[in-house]
Amino acid sequence: MSIKIGEIPYKERIQNGIKDDFMRQAVSSAQGRFRTGRLTQAAELGNWEDWRDLGEEIRTHTLENLDYYLHQLSEQVARRGGHVFFAETAEEANQYVKSIIQKKQAKKVVKAKSMVTEEIGLNKALEEVGAEVVESDLGEWILQLDEDPPSHIVTPALHKNKQQIRETFAKKKGYTGSDTPEELAAFAREQLRQDFLSADVGVTGCNFAIAESGSITLVTNEGNAEMVTSLPDTVITVMGMERIVPTWEEMEVLVSLLTRAAVGQKLTSYITAITGAGLELEVDSPEEFHLVIVDNGRSKILGTEFQSALHCIRCAACINACPVYRHIGGHAYNSIYPGPIGAVITPLLEGYDDHKELPYASTLCAACTEACPVKIPLHEHLIRHRQIIVEKEKGPTAEKLMMKGFAAWASNPAIYNMSAKMAKPALGPWTKDGMIENGPGPLKAWTEVRDFYAPQGQSFRSWFKQRQKDGESK
Amino acid sequence: MKVSLFSTCLSDILFADVAKNTLEILERVGCEVDYPMEQTCCGQPAYNSGYLQEAKASMKQMMKAFRHSEYVVGPSGSCVSMLKEYPHIFKGDPEWEEEAKVFAAKCYEITEFLVDVMGITDLGSTFKGRVTFHSSCHMKRLLGVKEQPKILLRNVEGVELVDLPWEEDCCGFGGTFAVKNPVISQEMVSEKSRHVSETQAEYLVGADMGCLMNIGGRMEREGKKVKIIHITEILNTH
Repeated sequence: MSIKIGEIPYKERIQNGIKDDFMRQAVSSAQGRFRTGRLTQAAELGNWEDWRDLGEEIRTHTLENLDYYLHQLSEQVARRGGHVFFAETAEEANQYVKSIIQKKQAKKVVKAKSMVTEEIGLNKALEEVGAEVVESDLGEWILQLDEDPPSHIVTPALHKNKQQIRETFAKKKGYTGSDTPEELAAFAREQLRQDFLSADVGVTGCNFAIAESGSITLVTNEGNAEMVTSLPDTVITVMGMERIVPTWEEMEVLVSLLTRAAVGQKLTSYITAITGAGLELEVDSPEEFHLVIVDNGRSKILGTEFQSALHCIRCAACINACPVYRHIGGHAYNSIYPGPIGAVITPLLEGYDDHKELPYASTLCAACTEACPVKIPLHEHLIRHRQIIVEKEKGPTAEKLMMKGFAAWASNPAIYNMSAKMAKPALGPWTKDGMIENGPGPLKAWTEVRDFYAPQGQSFRSWFKQRQKDGESK
Repeated sequence: MKVSLFSTCLSDILFADVAKNTLEILERVGCEVDYPMEQTCCGQPAYNSGYLQEAKASMKQMMKAFRHSEYVVGPSGSCVSMLKEYPHIFKGDPEWEEEAKVFAAKCYEITEFLVDVMGITDLGSTFKGRVTFHSSCHMKRLLGVKEQPKILLRNVEGVELVDLPWEEDCCGFGGTFAVKNPVISQEMVSEKSRHVSETQAEYLVGADMGCLMNIGGRMEREGKKVKIIHITEILNTH
């Protein structure tokens, strides 16, 4: 898999999402829960905006000094017995992980939840060299069994209901139990426990890497990251190059923001940390540890006006706040990164060609920007994407001509005045009782969904002129 | 106090009553109001569609039109929030950067102006009816004006203000979004319409005609009886 998840055209994806009643119901109720949780937690902190400011400051500082902190991180990991590999591309990252798997003659790999390994298509690469790869995050495991891409970055199987999950378990794992969540979860636990015990290598993503100590931290509720990092002898962490903080102090701030913004929790059940390998004082330290730092297009974003998109801590607050996402679901974005943040970073990482509709899949309501715990101006980035798409568009399009017309109209009061006068009579033939049900030209698309209000009477400016005249003659 | 009325092109051309009510309210509270005839559109339709040069042509016209104004006050949180963006848009432009800053600093949405600048929370208005309020996205999130319209509404005699469920959600208008993504827009506005119905309000009040004509147009299509009404119409009663 890569960032793009399929070949279905945009309009069809939207229709698929809108027709999926179950998904919409599930997303809607999850959004309600997550949002309420986030707002409750923010209110309890009392000074949420100060926290957001601090979060933004930390991310800005770190990204502006990324080379320094990456250097420090790799020195510290190496000092504590770990290996560090910088991968410029997805292929390089996969190649490196494959080489370790082969060297270890590993048959089974267990994974903790990771978006970046999804992004680089690591599972497929490892399967190519004969390794069995098992996702251990419950949502990811369900999706892996069903060969279905994630639809959300925190709760990847949000679009599936318990009946569907039961069927998947029955078909792929011989499950015979009921569809109660407890029984399903117990079955998953039993199955995964065997995988944890028999795995040769553990692979994780990374929530925050701590430069000062060379530690990797993972934030989970299921505790699976604990198993992935402590049972296999060899652990490989794959991280996006921006997922780094200077010290534990900043990590604490960002985790406080992350768990509250993501699911409305003060803290998750587990925060797992790995520091190096073979350390005598740490009983669960792996014998061998590799850190793969992935660029895959990120450094191209550094230093551009999109740099703040790299501040993202993958909490999905923007996704949970987005009313467009609520109706179309994650798969409609055709990216493993859906929702507002996905619409911003997908074209940056994979180009506009396959993703040019995404920046327009937003009303620019700014609910995302408001929800973001590190204050990424998401809706502004979407506008900037639109500007770039317009700049790239060659030759005249109907929209371009219309916008040229707009500029001429809005920069010339004489033309504007004329249109203000003409609007009512011009729309007269389509107007009935003050409403237009079936409008001409540009109004057509509007009136397919809703009525259009015809001009009430003369324009305000005509009325005002008349009023002034009347005033003077009095 | 000298105030220049910014009618917004939408109210100027389609909803003249909104601009008239705004003018009359400003006069009632003692402002000396003029209406610069050179004003056109804030530029948002082009700006939000990615047409920066076209938007700037419109924006320059607006700055010229209000060059001599002390205060610029308009009946739309969305359009005023666009005016407030000018300094950001003209940053680094030697000719317009300074003017954009000066201009943006004097622009206000009408309820914001009444409450924050004039210090008025009760206009002595009377309006009978059960109403619910749609808080428009740009007004509350970009302009940061949330409580002002509600403060004013609560002080209107006879108004019964009921909360709109999922009030924070966008109505699905989004300018060209409504025609570029009609399918998603329809789902969003239909959901908003359902929430309005749940309140059993007779009127849907708002401070942005863009959102109101979207929700109202949809409710008309669905044959609902709820009337849309701009907040200035309620405030401009005695």
